[in-house]
Amino acid sequence: MTKLPDAEKLCAQLVTELKPHIGQKTAMVGLYTGGVWLAERLHKELALKTPLGLMDIAFYRDDYSARGLKHDPKRTKIPFDVNGAELLLVDDVLNSGRTVRAAMNELFDYGRPASISLVVLADRGGRQLPIAAQYCGAKVDVPGDMRLRLNREVNGKLALALEKQNAA
Amino acid sequence: MQRNPQLNDAGELQHLLSIEGLPREILTQILDTAESFAGVTEREVKKVPLLRGKSVFNLFFEPSTRTRTTFEIAAKRLSADVINLNIAVSSQTKGESLLDTVANLSAMQADIFVVRHSSSGAPFLIARHVKSHEHVINAGDGRHSHPTQGLLDLFTIRHYKKDFSGLTVAIVGDVLHSRVARSLIHGLTTLGASEVRVIGPQTLLPTGVEALGVKVFRDMREGLRDCDVVVMLRLQNERMNGALLPSAQEFNKHYGLTAEKLALARKDAIVMHPGPMNRGVEIDSSVADGPHSVILPQVTFGIAVRMAVMSIVAGN
Repeated sequence: MTKLPDAEKLCAQLVTELKPHIGQKTAMVGLYTGGVWLAERLHKELALKTPLGLMDIAFYRDDYSARGLKHDPKRTKIPFDVNGAELLLVDDVLNSGRTVRAAMNELFDYGRPASISLVVLADRGGRQLPIAAQYCGAKVDVPGDMRLRLNREVNGKLALALEKQNAA
Repeated sequence: MQRNPQLNDAGELQHLLSIEGLPREILTQILDTAESFAGVTEREVKKVPLLRGKSVFNLFFEPSTRTRTTFEIAAKRLSADVINLNIAVSSQTKGESLLDTVANLSAMQADIFVVRHSSSGAPFLIARHVKSHEHVINAGDGRHSHPTQGLLDLFTIRHYKKDFSGLTVAIVGDVLHSRVARSLIHGLTTLGASEVRVIGPQTLLPTGVEALGVKVFRDMREGLRDCDVVVMLRLQNERMNGALLPSAQEFNKHYGLTAEKLALARKDAIVMHPGPMNRGVEIDSSVADGPHSVILPQVTFGIAVRMAVMSIVAGN
């Protein structure tokens, strides 16, 4: 059984890593669902001035023709001007890179950011696109048939968990 | 049990033909998805790539401006290609049958047919004959159904009132000729509105309308009392065969919505109308343009709702 790192520790580590890079133009966007939980935490701890952006990439997925719109998508909310912003794009787990590709496409429909950096809690490898995280909590080896996901407990604590990959 | 012609084997929405018979989960899925699309329509780039490469054929066998336009805008915002066919002046006048028309368009590689027809059931007939990757959306058939209008009405109500439980909704006027009323009544009862009322003269209420789970009022003042939502229907002059009404003036006196009658509803009541309005007949200008009116937001929400319906069916 794979030993999973402590998500809370990784969070603290990301805060320390990010702190020196926060500037006037820094803004943060979290990807539903796990990425939003992580972003809410980081946004608070880093005391960012621009309000947090929330993004659901359902309308930009590359597997729509195969899967359709299966889940009720959340409403993307970007409450700041993307033009010229130094964006921190936050997700819980980095795998194929396809979610990040979709998120970047969606972001550019809001404007032209000065830069985008990717922040993830865990990188499980398996990239299918030329995408890398600039800030990464930990690299985690996960068996191919398992899904690595972030959970948020009732007390707000974050924890990584493994579950059987859905057949769908 | 007979299979619902709108759903595929997995119980997902394949065609949108009528609100009647759709489970609560699917109605909620459409409204939630529309909520996300409403966010897209507020951006500077009001377009998402979801239906890129798909072709949407607007088949309007009956004239319509608003519905056809909002379907066209919705399809374009999903990046689909839209082809508008005004069939009343083309093939049909040359004698081509409905199914032949559709078969020809199918050969042009259609993905979605948006159908408006004066005969009730026409979209159902088309849905039975299209290929499995093709989808049919009913944009109004005869007196039967107008599901996207019903859905946008539901979306508007949920937007302003947050929840259906505890709501009293009055639908006023020409219910007999209104496909909008029928769709909305089914949606409201499925989503759990507390009370749905229909208000109108006996000649403009379908017989047995009580069986749909509504309360019937002939007296508008009595029916409007304590309503949260007032839906005015258009007096459909062009559908009126024979003397169902003495005159439009007479109708206005008894069933026209005036500020004075609206005061009987709740203070925060909203007023809706599917358009086009007959000002001074079913609704006074002071109400149509007044603070309770959400008639223009309905049109805007209609785009997001149609985006939701197209993207859900095309993905199933």
